[in-house]
Amino acid sequence: MTRGLAAALRKGVARMRRRPLRPGRETRGDVHIVPRDSIAANALAAVVAIMTFLAAVTSGGVAMVIGSANEWQAEVAREMTIQIRPTPGHDIEAEISRAQQLALAAPGVVEARAYSREESDRLLEPWLGSGLSLDDLPVPRMIAVRIARGAVVDTAALRQSLARDVAGASLDDHRSGINRMRGVAKAAIAGGMGVFGLVLAATVLSVTFATRGAMASNRPIVEVLHFVGAKEAYIATQFQRHFLWLGLKGGALGGIAALLFLILAERVSGLFMGAAEAEAAAVLGHFSMGFTGYAVVAAEVGLIAAVTALTSRQVVIHTLRNIE
Amino acid sequence: MIHFENVGLRYGLGPEILRDLTFDIAPRSFQFLSGPSGAGKSTLLRLLFLTLKPTRGLITLFDHDTATLSADSLAVLRRRIGVVFQDFRLLDHLTTFDNVALPLRVLGRDEESYYEEVAELLNWVGLGEHIWSLPPVLSGGEKQRAAIARAVIARPQLLLADEPTGNVDPQLAQRLLRLFIELNKSGTSVVIATHDIALMDQYDARRLVLHDGYIHVYD
Repeated sequence: MTRGLAAALRKGVARMRRRPLRPGRETRGDVHIVPRDSIAANALAAVVAIMTFLAAVTSGGVAMVIGSANEWQAEVAREMTIQIRPTPGHDIEAEISRAQQLALAAPGVVEARAYSREESDRLLEPWLGSGLSLDDLPVPRMIAVRIARGAVVDTAALRQSLARDVAGASLDDHRSGINRMRGVAKAAIAGGMGVFGLVLAATVLSVTFATRGAMASNRPIVEVLHFVGAKEAYIATQFQRHFLWLGLKGGALGGIAALLFLILAERVSGLFMGAAEAEAAAVLGHFSMGFTGYAVVAAEVGLIAAVTALTSRQVVIHTLRNIE
Repeated sequence: MIHFENVGLRYGLGPEILRDLTFDIAPRSFQFLSGPSGAGKSTLLRLLFLTLKPTRGLITLFDHDTATLSADSLAVLRRRIGVVFQDFRLLDHLTTFDNVALPLRVLGRDEESYYEEVAELLNWVGLGEHIWSLPPVLSGGEKQRAAIARAVIARPQLLLADEPTGNVDPQLAQRLLRLFIELNKSGTSVVIATHDIALMDQYDARRLVLHDGYIHVYD
C-alpha cells in the first residue's frame, strides 16, 4: 500500500513537472469561474460593510439601552425603605433597633442599615439648606433594606409586623416607582426593537438589490455555464459560494468596525464622565453592550452574508428560467 | 439522432417564424443550414440546442422527447452537443485553457485529469502559444478557434456552429471548414449555419434551407 502511494506521488510529481505553470500563479487549482475582484463584487462588499456597520451600531445601541433598563429595574427592586416617625412616649432609637431586627429576620433580607440622626439631617439639606438646627423638629429616620439577588420578600408580612411592634413605622417597597420605571423601560425596549427592526429590514433590502445589481454583470457567465451543460445546482452553487464569501467579507468588515466604534464610545463616555453622569450611572446602571449585544452583531453578519448568498442563487435560477 | 416533426415556433402572440419543420439529423452526418438573414437559422439552432421550446410539434433528441425532460436531464443531454456561437461567448476573465476546459470542469473533472487533452486540442487548433492568454488579447480568428475547441473538447455527438466563418478571412474560413470536416470524420454530426455560399460550395454536403419559416432539405 505504501509502495502504491509512493508510486502515485511520483507519477503526480512527474505530471506536474511536464506542465508549464500558469503565469503569475504558484498553483493551478485556484481558477474561479466567477471572477473574484470585479468592480461589481467590490462595490457589493462595500455596500454590505456599510449596511452591516449601521445595523450593528443600531443593535449595539439598543442592546445597551435594554441592558441598562434591566439593570436599573433589578437594582431598584432589590431595595426597600423603612421610615420611622418620632412618636411621643417612645424612644426612637429603640424603635429603630426593633425595626432593624424585624427586617433582618424577614427571609430574603441581607442588610438593614439605619441612617444616623446626622445622616438624616444631611438628607434634608438639599431642601432646607445647611446650618439649620433640626434638633427640635420631628425628623423621621430611615432604614435602607437590601434584598438578596433573586429573593422575594413577603412585604405584607413585614409591613404587618412593623405596624404591630414598632411605633410610627411604615414600609415603602418603591412599588409604584418601580412600576412607572418598568413602563418607561418597556417603552424604551419596544422603541429600540422597532428601530432595530427597521434598520435590519433596510439592510436586507439594500443588500438584496445590491446583490441583484452585481449579478447582472455575471449573466454571460451563467449563460455560458448553462450552454456547456452545467446543471442548475452547479451554477447556483458557484455563485452562492462566491457571494457568501463577499457577504462574509463585507459583513465582517462592517461588524468589526461597529464593535470598535461601540467599544470606543463606551470608553470615551467613561473617560469624560462628570459627577452628574457618574450619579446617573449609579442610578441607571452602566452603559454596556454585554454578551447579547456582541452575539447580535455576530448574528447580523451571518444573516447579511446568508441574504447575499441566497439572493445570488435566486438570481441564477431566475436567469436560467429566462434562458429557457 | 435528432428528429423534428411538425415543429412550429412563435414568440408570444406574434406570427409563426418557423413552421412545420420535419427533418432528421443522422449520426455522423454533415449538413449546412442556410437561408437569408432573418430566416430563423439561429432560432432553429437554439431549438436544436434545447434553449428554446417549440410552441408545437415534437423534437426527439438522442431518443428522448425533449418536452417531457426535466431541466437537469436537458443539461445532461446538452453535454452531448457542442455549440460554436457567432459571438464566441468566451469568458474574458478565464484564460484560453480555462475557457476550453469549461465543459470538462462542469462534469466534475479536475485539472490534472484533463490538462493534456486541452493542451493537445489547443495545439491542434493552432492556439498552443496562447494557452494562458485571456480572450481580450486574441484576434477574431483565434477567438473563433478557441470557441470551436471548447465546443468539441468533451467529444460531443453533435456540433452546432452559428456562422463560424462570419468574422474571419476566406483563408481561415477554409481552415475552419477543414477542421469541421475532420471532426465529422471522427464521428461527430455537424450542423453549420451559414449564408456563405462560397463556403458551402467547397464541400459537398446535405443542405437544410430555411425560407419563409419552412425548411427545404437537399440531400
